[in-house]
Amino acid sequence: MAVETMTDIPVAAPTTRARRESQTALMWRRFKRHKLALVSLWIVALFYLVAILAEFLAPHDPGAYSARYTYAPPQGLQLFSTDENGGWRFFPHVNGYSTEVDRQAMRRIFVVDPEIEIPVQFFAPSDPYLLAGFIPMSVKLMGVSEARAPFYILGADRLGRDLLSRLIHGTRISLSIGLAGVTLSLFFGIIIGGFAGYYGGWFDSAVMRVIEFIRSMPTIPLWLGLAAAMPKDWTALQTYFAITIILSLIGWTELARVVRGRFLSLRTEDFVTAAQLDGASDWRIITRHMVPSFMSHIIAAATLAIPGMILAETALSFLGLGLQAPIVSWGTLLQDAQNIRTLASAPWLLAPGVCVVIIILSMNFFGDGLRDAADPHGR
Amino acid sequence: MLGFIGKRLIAMVLTLWAVSFVAFAIIQLPPGDYLTTYIATLAANGDRVDPATIEALRRQYGFGESYFVQYWKWISGIVLRGDFGQSFEWKAPVTTLIWGRLGNSILVEGLAVIVMWLVALPIGIYAAVRKYSLGDYLATIGGFIGLAIPNFFFALILMYLSFIWFGETIGGLFSPGMENARWSPARVWDFLSHAWAPILVLSLAGTAELIRILRANLLDELKKPYVTTARAKGLSEFRTIMKYPVRVALNPLVSTIGWLLPALVSSSVIVSVVLNLPTAGPLLLRSLTSQDMFLAGAIIMLLGMLTVIGTLISDLLLAWIDPRIRYGSK
Repeated sequence: MAVETMTDIPVAAPTTRARRESQTALMWRRFKRHKLALVSLWIVALFYLVAILAEFLAPHDPGAYSARYTYAPPQGLQLFSTDENGGWRFFPHVNGYSTEVDRQAMRRIFVVDPEIEIPVQFFAPSDPYLLAGFIPMSVKLMGVSEARAPFYILGADRLGRDLLSRLIHGTRISLSIGLAGVTLSLFFGIIIGGFAGYYGGWFDSAVMRVIEFIRSMPTIPLWLGLAAAMPKDWTALQTYFAITIILSLIGWTELARVVRGRFLSLRTEDFVTAAQLDGASDWRIITRHMVPSFMSHIIAAATLAIPGMILAETALSFLGLGLQAPIVSWGTLLQDAQNIRTLASAPWLLAPGVCVVIIILSMNFFGDGLRDAADPHGR
Repeated sequence: MLGFIGKRLIAMVLTLWAVSFVAFAIIQLPPGDYLTTYIATLAANGDRVDPATIEALRRQYGFGESYFVQYWKWISGIVLRGDFGQSFEWKAPVTTLIWGRLGNSILVEGLAVIVMWLVALPIGIYAAVRKYSLGDYLATIGGFIGLAIPNFFFALILMYLSFIWFGETIGGLFSPGMENARWSPARVWDFLSHAWAPILVLSLAGTAELIRILRANLLDELKKPYVTTARAKGLSEFRTIMKYPVRVALNPLVSTIGWLLPALVSSSVIVSVVLNLPTAGPLLLRSLTSQDMFLAGAIIMLLGMLTVIGTLISDLLLAWIDPRIRYGSK
């Protein structure tokens, strides 16, 4: 087998390919053994699917408010209904509200009333909208047929906006800002870390000092300082990109370190020396020989960097210096839950935090599994 | 050792210089400068703008001159006179505003570090010695969750639970009457009855990380032949573990302070805002939203300095307990 591949490399490659496993297939096989990572992969995929299909999944417009239902509690979604005889039938519905007056606080509170059943329709027709910004659709996953009936599966906020819809749209922003931030960091990290690792010398030591310095600074005060300088009259899109850039100003350091380390260890490998002796240009050596051999590591490192980005955006927006009000992200949603009085009467506003914890846990497990699978020396 | 300390001190001074540069850059970032903001607020309040005062301020801080001159005036004021400039929102020198709050920051963060170590040490040792036991699994799961919960979210949950279960709102560091009292047993007790919540929140992530590192280090050490030798010589199990492998496993742990501290200072800013603590964090947030840039710059600079000095202490500590670093490479 070894002799065969040695003798006729270019011509026989297609015939032997069927029996060989590609690098990706090997990685996937190793990755599959890591059960927790596999489950996490599915959870992460599910979250990103929600982010892509946000308009279809969200029952309401995230900005649609209704003064009648401020702080309406979660209705939940019941799939079955019981009749008097104790029989069950499939009848997706939500329960309506009845109002009670809280004598102590002298205000109206809503109570979910099991007597009122509002039928829920799957694939309900809706106003036309563009899915993901370009696919015209006029059907949503769920909807109530009575137009004015309340439909708040996860409850409503201060302005009577549907928390579930806002959470789904927030997922899109929070997850995409993590991805965008990491992509930008990766771009800087590969260029700077690559140069430092490949050429070494004074540039390498200068870059390492800068990285050490940035990593020794407390990040949140820095991020806050940078974010506070954003002009207040910027549009949503401008702030979004500004925040991405601010996050990657610090985020590139970790990835640059990983890239540099890989370059340093590969620089002296035989196959790189061979390529150099063959007269290949630096660019060709880097892009064709070195980068493919450690790309999987970089991807794993990048995956592990995404949770940090999501956390940072959430923290900044939570403090009011990140994304601003009309944009819905997990951080801006949690901003509503800052006050203990609000929290006591509407604990469901903490739901975005639960999403943050779930996505961070699964991204970490997924990244760990990927890193182990990418390690050729692993078992 | 002296050479090592000297080298470290020089590195620290250079880092501090870089910190001051970053802080100054942040002061300069928002459009307009301190003076235009100051004049605008005065005019908005209907106050008369005194040209002589404005001119004096202009000369003092070098407004309108090059960034280099402005930086020099700012940094020389700090280094030579301890003058961090004026806060236009509070109409007071920055120094009078920050020292008390910074002290509270150091106090809470210091206590959080101590709690982290006190909790992580026994759990980490237990998890390594009783590998794959129930306790080990619990510590591992707890560690993962501890790392995944954003600290401000944990603070919110704690606030909610204490309100629901005990009908109490947690927050602040002192009861209203105790804020400016002198330190006494009563005040210490009052402080502790408030401070447990922020300390718990702040130490959670760090504890989880320390347990993970300590467990991994100790597992490596426990496999080594010298441990078997010690056992063969008839040392008691407790003594075998505590006297040799634990001490070796502690070394890398000390060096983790270097990156634990920035994370701690960072999270203390946001936790302080949630729990309404009289520390530097909420003051920073407020000064940034009102563009009170000298105050913000001073806080960012001091928080950075705090971290750098803390890292230096951990480096020296590491050199003290580990001769390989003292006499080692170059």
